[in-house]
Amino acid sequence: MTTTSAVVAEGLRKRYRGGNGTTALDEFHLRAPAGTVYGLLGPNGAGKTTAVRILSTLLSFDAGRAEVAGADVARRPDLVRDRIAVTGQYAAVDEVLSGRQNLVLFGRLHQLGGRQAKSRAGELLDRFDLSDAADRSVNQYSGGMRRRLDLAASLIRSPQVLFLDEPTTGLDPRSRNQVWDAVRELVAGGTTVLLTTQYLEEADQLAGRIAVVDAGRVVAEGTPEELKTAIGADRLELVVRDAERLDGVAALVARITGATPDVDRDHRRVRVPVADRMAALTAVVRALQETGIAVVDVGIHRPTLDEAFLQLTGHPAEKEASR
Amino acid sequence: MTIVTEAAAPRTTESATARRGRAFADGRVMAGRYLRHVIRSPEELVIYFSLPIMFVLVFGYVFGSGMQVPGGGGYREFLLPGVFVMTMLYGIGATATAIATDVGRGVVDRFRSMPVARSALMTGRAAADLVRAVLETTALVLCGLLVGWDWHRGIGNMLAAIGLLLLLRLALSWVGMVLGLVAPNPDTVAMIVFPLAFPLSAVSNVFVAPELMPGWLGTIAAWNPLSATTSAIRELFGNPGLTGDSWPAEHALLLAVAWPVLLIAICAPVAVRMYRKLGR
Repeated sequence: MTTTSAVVAEGLRKRYRGGNGTTALDEFHLRAPAGTVYGLLGPNGAGKTTAVRILSTLLSFDAGRAEVAGADVARRPDLVRDRIAVTGQYAAVDEVLSGRQNLVLFGRLHQLGGRQAKSRAGELLDRFDLSDAADRSVNQYSGGMRRRLDLAASLIRSPQVLFLDEPTTGLDPRSRNQVWDAVRELVAGGTTVLLTTQYLEEADQLAGRIAVVDAGRVVAEGTPEELKTAIGADRLELVVRDAERLDGVAALVARITGATPDVDRDHRRVRVPVADRMAALTAVVRALQETGIAVVDVGIHRPTLDEAFLQLTGHPAEKEASR
Repeated sequence: MTIVTEAAAPRTTESATARRGRAFADGRVMAGRYLRHVIRSPEELVIYFSLPIMFVLVFGYVFGSGMQVPGGGGYREFLLPGVFVMTMLYGIGATATAIATDVGRGVVDRFRSMPVARSALMTGRAAADLVRAVLETTALVLCGLLVGWDWHRGIGNMLAAIGLLLLLRLALSWVGMVLGLVAPNPDTVAMIVFPLAFPLSAVSNVFVAPELMPGWLGTIAAWNPLSATTSAIRELFGNPGLTGDSWPAEHALLLAVAWPVLLIAICAPVAVRMYRKLGR
């Protein structure tokens, strides 16, 4: 592998035994650059969690090759475990113990001495606003508190690669922002974060690159901007004040952009794809001023990630909840 | 503060000694975890204490009047060693439930994604079980003394008997861990453990001398691992009940060591292997 990829998956295949024997991953490829947030975006059941469990040594796979933080997942899982941390969809903490006891426990298992483990636990409890509840049993924690504790447990030692499997699903906005801040801080410190999410906004906000996963495969890959551009050009949209000027405006736009505009009479709207967004916008606005046609609104619209997702997979990202 | 810390020194390949040291340290941490569970929810321990005490009262006073002790002697003198053994046996339930609960929850995923010795969860549980067994045995000895049971062959033999009980508990702890790993979820543990534990304790010399059972049943009872420990500790305590002349009855001490060692030799590797294979 190249030294700049922190997570590499090549042709991973995973078929769950028993039941209906569904194929969870098929020819799954991934290459996440070191020191970035890499987003796995897809609906429930797309295979995101399976991919994370395989890459974090929790699940075996049937074919392909995977390398995490420079170590082969199948051959040297011990080295991988030494370099990663995982925060899954369900808080992986001890329910009976207190928050502090949990962090001390995981600290001790990371070979910290007793005093070191305690002071690190205290720091992390502060960092994630859990100091007040530190000595209460996790049973009494809210969902958001559990998630924060879970993330804190993953950060006892800075991992080279952090897997975050839908870290903010079901979180209140404040907890979500805390998670996002922690992720940004970690990445600034050199950690690579592999983030799965079904929230397009989250991927857009955090991820440097995104792989769109559907039915066990990566169906598209790139930066959020690339994904948006890949599915279609920007569009120039303008809304005319007087309906009778609509045809005139359409003709004017067609002349400038060289493309046939789409005219929506009900909304008095003219819409046309443009290659060079700024040039087209400037030219159209100038022409409108010269002819004195009044417009209510004019602007460039980029396709949203939602539209990108819909186009790539044939279904929206956040709707389905079957798994 | 910052959440970024220095990563630990990168690990390459550990020596066998380092690996053993780490496995021991991790096991100790896990044992501490299970003992903290006891402190956090002491009601579980109360239930486990009350069960053997109930045995003593129910069997000693309710059924005891109608029981015959081979070779004479008080029934409670005969019964108490059996209750010690049953208490060790029913500990299987707590062990299996704890392991099944852990495996069903996310916390084991975290252990498995960390550089933690694969054996640590189970060696830790076994150690914690031994600590619990010491507490339970102490409570039972006190309770026994109150109802008129005693040891008659000196403190050394008495401690040897307790040692055999703890060895049995250790073996049953590993059996419990295998059951906990086999059980699909914590709720099914009781359905697996009790149909197994009840006949095992009934078809033994815990309550009734095997000589009083029909021939074939008596043979099974005589060879039952629980019978071996029961006979052996009756002998060491100097309690009545040593009338059998079958081979297992005459070699009770040997079997009281051999059975648990055999069970550990089988179950410990199986349990660790099953744990390792989670997610395979």
